[in-house]
Amino acid sequence: MTAQLDRLSPAPAKRQVLKSVTVRFAGDSGDGVQITGGQFTNTTAIAGNDLATLPDFPAEIRAPAGTLPGVSGFQIQFSSADIHTPGDQPDVLVVFNPAALKVHLGDLAPNGLLICDTSQFDKAHLAKAGYTANPLEDGSLTKFRLFPINITEKTLAALRSLESLSTREKQRCKNFYALGMAYWLFNRPIETTLRWIEDKFKKEPDIAEANVLALKGGYAYCEMTDTFQAVAYEIPPAPTSKGTYRNLSGNQALAMGLVAASARSGLPLFYGAYPITPASDILHELARHKNFGVVTFQAEDEIAAAAATVGAAFAGSLAVTSSAGPGIALKSEAVSLAVMTELPIVIVDVQRGGPSTGLPTKTEQADLLFTLFGRHGEAPVCLLAPATPGECFQYALEACRIAVKYMTPVYLLSDGYLANGAEPWRVPAAAELPQFPVKFETNPEGFHPYKRDPKTLSRPWAIPGTPGLEHRLGGIEKREITGNVSYDPENHERMSVLRRDKVNRIAEEIPLLEVEGDKDAEILLIGWGSTYGAIRAGCELVRARGVKAAQVHLRHLHPMPKNVGALVKKYKRVLCPEMNLGQLSVLLRAEHLVDVISLNKIQGQPFKAREIAAGILNALDGKPVKQPGASGAQGEDNHEFDSGA
Amino acid sequence: MSSTAAPETPKAKLTKADFQSDQDVRWCPGCGDYAILSAAQQVFAGLGIPRQNFVMVSGIGCSSRFPYYVNTYGFHTIHGRAPAVATGIKMANPELQVWLITGDGDALSIGGNHLMHALRRNVDLKILLFNNRIYGLTKGQYSPTSEVGKVTKSTPFGSLDHPVNPISLALACEATFVARTADIYQQHLQETLKAAAAHKGSVFIEILQNCIIFNDGAFKDVTDRAIRDDKQVLLEHGRPLIFGKGHDKGLRFNGLDVEVVQLGKDGVTEKDLIVHDAYAENQTLAYLLSRVENPVPMGLFRNVTRPSFEQRAHAQVDETIKKYGKGDLDKLLKGKETWTVN
Repeated sequence: MTAQLDRLSPAPAKRQVLKSVTVRFAGDSGDGVQITGGQFTNTTAIAGNDLATLPDFPAEIRAPAGTLPGVSGFQIQFSSADIHTPGDQPDVLVVFNPAALKVHLGDLAPNGLLICDTSQFDKAHLAKAGYTANPLEDGSLTKFRLFPINITEKTLAALRSLESLSTREKQRCKNFYALGMAYWLFNRPIETTLRWIEDKFKKEPDIAEANVLALKGGYAYCEMTDTFQAVAYEIPPAPTSKGTYRNLSGNQALAMGLVAASARSGLPLFYGAYPITPASDILHELARHKNFGVVTFQAEDEIAAAAATVGAAFAGSLAVTSSAGPGIALKSEAVSLAVMTELPIVIVDVQRGGPSTGLPTKTEQADLLFTLFGRHGEAPVCLLAPATPGECFQYALEACRIAVKYMTPVYLLSDGYLANGAEPWRVPAAAELPQFPVKFETNPEGFHPYKRDPKTLSRPWAIPGTPGLEHRLGGIEKREITGNVSYDPENHERMSVLRRDKVNRIAEEIPLLEVEGDKDAEILLIGWGSTYGAIRAGCELVRARGVKAAQVHLRHLHPMPKNVGALVKKYKRVLCPEMNLGQLSVLLRAEHLVDVISLNKIQGQPFKAREIAAGILNALDGKPVKQPGASGAQGEDNHEFDSGA
Repeated sequence: MSSTAAPETPKAKLTKADFQSDQDVRWCPGCGDYAILSAAQQVFAGLGIPRQNFVMVSGIGCSSRFPYYVNTYGFHTIHGRAPAVATGIKMANPELQVWLITGDGDALSIGGNHLMHALRRNVDLKILLFNNRIYGLTKGQYSPTSEVGKVTKSTPFGSLDHPVNPISLALACEATFVARTADIYQQHLQETLKAAAAHKGSVFIEILQNCIIFNDGAFKDVTDRAIRDDKQVLLEHGRPLIFGKGHDKGLRFNGLDVEVVQLGKDGVTEKDLIVHDAYAENQTLAYLLSRVENPVPMGLFRNVTRPSFEQRAHAQVDETIKKYGKGDLDKLLKGKETWTVN
């Protein structure tokens, strides 16, 4: 067998060429589904496909084995063309147990490929998943192309020669066996994963060897089995512009953006955080990059993380804190202090389902109004939201740049979907990144801590250690210019207005919104954050049917680009899809007096392209657009769309 | 508040006046805070540290107005969070001399968690806790150090909760420098602040202080001139714990307790008394002494050396640079696996 494993490359006689495919892996949260998905993604990225991913896992580290809540899934759409979403429905579903089948089968496309590891389709596991009969045998799966394979048993067979490992340890390699199968099905090379295994299990050579054997075993199994010849596919690389690319998740991108901002501003990065899903990975990533001068501080709580960040900003660091969900609420008090003392901090909010603990591992966009308004007093801040995982890099840089230029807190709104989702990213050269060298105030001549730059209204940044600029900051209202404590009524009003105007001045330099889609559109879609891809794909679906639709997407949420008002007034209908109950809609309606139609989804899952498309058609028909839970006003979602695969 | 004067020509010696800001001090006449402010300004002047390297950080409460009155960098932050803000300042710039002014409500109630973690981390902060056993700025509610049964506006029938002992708490939080002094002992106060400035790591000083308006006589049964020799014992390293007007009483172990004994009575001599060891790594003695309420121990409970948090954080950065080389942004952006489109 070894001789065969050494020549794994020959492709089968004929591979069917597809434009794009959506694959989902699902199993117990201990089955290594996320690793399988991550590896498949990296390999696919390197193969040159465009791709988007959707990891979806439970909040529990190990929910009871074999149960429905314990199911973990990973979906990827990859394509030879430009794509914007992880796919509406999987064409290929790989499941490791009955619970995963139960949870995910409903999504599988008709005639989709269903690969089941049969090892756990016994009475006990079927019962745990709520099956009274074995779906592999009762004929209920006939509308799919079913491949029942005892992957676990085959993995054990492939690892027979490894005597040092227990049966249990060997069984745990089944995800690599399945990955090997998937690589064969889509004609992917296994080398990237081989390298990853070598690196990851450097200190456990036995485990490394086992995973390598499983991976090669799965690949060889498909190659040797006739049944798979009919489902051998090829997805050619997507045409992209020249450059060096890598695969990147939103959290990785955001962390790198912060390191880059430190390098391009010349300020040391201070990152104060408290562990919380789904933001912790940014802390993990930054903690590895201390050789960039990064100081990470795992604080005792969210409050301390934010407060220490304010302190670090006072002392001259590029100061960033991050959180999600309830942690963002706890930071409010410190953010208010930064508003009053006009210190530059960046607060990363990786939004998740709320309120309270909510849905810790699921995505949502429901912190928009909270981050915009959720502070006591008139406390204006700047708000930015990247639209794709890759944009998390660019907007991390932009958040830092605005913060230090305007001496203001800036919220950076990511979300669970951006954080964990990945896409190919063109690697920029460090030298082509924006540069914003910071010069601290050093001149005592005429120095006043609240004397403003007439253009930006920003106050000077004078850091402790600078001779002659000793001054006191604090949360008490400041006298204009001198910064002395002041309870003067008119001064308070002036300072409130100044703080507001300063943040509004940012609009002077942010790019105007660009309309994508039809020039003579009957409907404008306006979104923000991670819904960009789904909105784009939804527009493309209806435009393929002749509907004239256009799209704008907000990355700057406060202040907004100056042309947003004119744009929302220009179109007959404005539809605003959001993963909340209509927060941007509220802002647009209030500010521009436009009858914006809300399209909402608040299920912890990103929009599907066809949900957006259905919303567009309903809005154009004058029918109610789907509002979750709004009984009686339920919009229709009976429009049929080919998801394009 | 701002320094509009021409740049200072470096003076050979700073004076107390150099540390006085142009702001009117707005504490109640007779408040103990005045004495502490004065002592601190006096001590700062003699430390040989440039004025611009000082940062006064405070939370909320009467005592927390302190930074406005000291002509250095200062930050009047938010209630209870001063240790966290100060930690950020110190981590951003370890060269700064950061003093943290707080009160019993600020440090022990709303900010209890931050105090605990600043102390255990051994961040190089000089924490001065002004303990007047009352909330003054909010006009007189009981505090976490108020005695049980305290009648205040919020507890007209007497407070119910047991107070916390700040010294015991600080020791339990692994603080490396723990001392107690009082607002009215100008000399002892200054000596204690000087020792604090010399300590590299977390300093915790409880300063017994009177609130003339809402808790007058907060510590009069300890500090009144007529009785204080019998109500206090001064902790001096290497010396037996003797106190009393006639220098005739001492502290002795009795099992796990500390008891007061009369020297010369029942054959008790100095040799039977506890000899104070402020530098002991083991903090059991310091803790036992912190539990003694009559007499109240004053002075240095504990002073040990442990690398400070911010020093270690920066050392880690330096070590990482040494080991892996200074970060290369292009390399970071590329990551491990890339592909090229031509």
